[in-house]
Amino acid sequence: MECVFGLVGNDYAIVVADTSAVHSILVHKSNEDKIMVLDSHKLVAASGEPGDRVQFTEYIQKNVALYQFRNGIPLTTAAAANFTRGELATALRKQNPYQVNVLMAGYDKEIGPSLYYIDYIATLHKVDRGAFGYGSYFCLAMMDRHYHSGMTVEEAIDLVDKCILEIRSRLVVAPPNFVIKIVDKDGAREYAWRESVKPDATA
Amino acid sequence: MSIFEYNGSALVAMVGKNCFAIASDRRLGVQLQTIATDFQRIHKIHDRLFIGLSGLATDAQTLYQRLMFRHKLYQLREERDMKPETFASLVSALLYEKRFGPYFCQPVIAGLSDDDKPFICTTDSIGAKELAKDFVVAGTAGDSLYGACEAMFKPDMEPEELFETLSQALLASVDRDCLSGWGGHIYIVTPTEVKECTLKGRMD
Repeated sequence: MECVFGLVGNDYAIVVADTSAVHSILVHKSNEDKIMVLDSHKLVAASGEPGDRVQFTEYIQKNVALYQFRNGIPLTTAAAANFTRGELATALRKQNPYQVNVLMAGYDKEIGPSLYYIDYIATLHKVDRGAFGYGSYFCLAMMDRHYHSGMTVEEAIDLVDKCILEIRSRLVVAPPNFVIKIVDKDGAREYAWRESVKPDATA
Repeated sequence: MSIFEYNGSALVAMVGKNCFAIASDRRLGVQLQTIATDFQRIHKIHDRLFIGLSGLATDAQTLYQRLMFRHKLYQLREERDMKPETFASLVSALLYEKRFGPYFCQPVIAGLSDDDKPFICTTDSIGAKELAKDFVVAGTAGDSLYGACEAMFKPDMEPEELFETLSQALLASVDRDCLSGWGGHIYIVTPTEVKECTLKGRMD
């Protein structure tokens, strides 16, 4: 029941993910951050098999950092997305493919914001808005209705809240909490949390 | 649902008088959910050779990257572009390499031979070539495309008429297939120019 979605605005990209870590019927924790800050201007929102998710995104993060150390310049979002696709595609035909769906958002100086949809079977596509999981049925519909190119951040957050409301009211085992992260010319950072169940201090 | 129908696709290439046209739909889906409506299925290998890849999108992307790699290497070594017939054999060989763990793709290759004669061919997912003199089809809308093309095809069409015929055949066929559609991409290639157009069809 993991929900990950994102959209691109005029000079920013936003990704949203639910924050429940679930094992069968048990919710281990409800403040699990599934959006990794890949580097200063990239975000990776991942959903899927929990072990694979952390392992794979950390692997991508470290390789992106290695490229920057070796070459002195950071990868573009498109390059990082294609690298990610390559790793998923290579693993696909080996013994254990990664079961991770990825939405990669980034901001490049000359190109602006971009969002890449990368399936667990390594289908790569550059999109304006994308979503994974059961929540995608509701998010994609809401975004199709309300999204237009050149939205301001406030309008986009409003749309994100509409999507979260739909998920909460219409998905049977809806995750209670979400995290929103944004990437723009000033970098990738956490924007807000949307909590309807406060995780307790010991979680 | 079969793995070939996971993403949904429609591809067709048709021969005209010293020209050819290759067209595809634009939908990228995950089974019954549509992810994008601007997916590129047809890729240019060089100015006189195009390949369209239908079937599983991830394998189509991997296969396209491998083919571009092989063609670029060929260009460096031979200092010329590959002939369509040679390229078709390359595609066939690459696919048969994976005979017991195949790429779930059906390519459509279309190009202009040395003497400006159009060449089209398709292969199955393990590289069995099918050369045709009139048209070749691939994808989830393949059966509909066979019917539409057979009805509308005439030999030796000029580029403008070929464009009209192929567009109508593609749009009519994808309207009968829920997994493909959302418009079309069409390339009309003559010895002197390549025209690329986007078709607007039923967006559903």
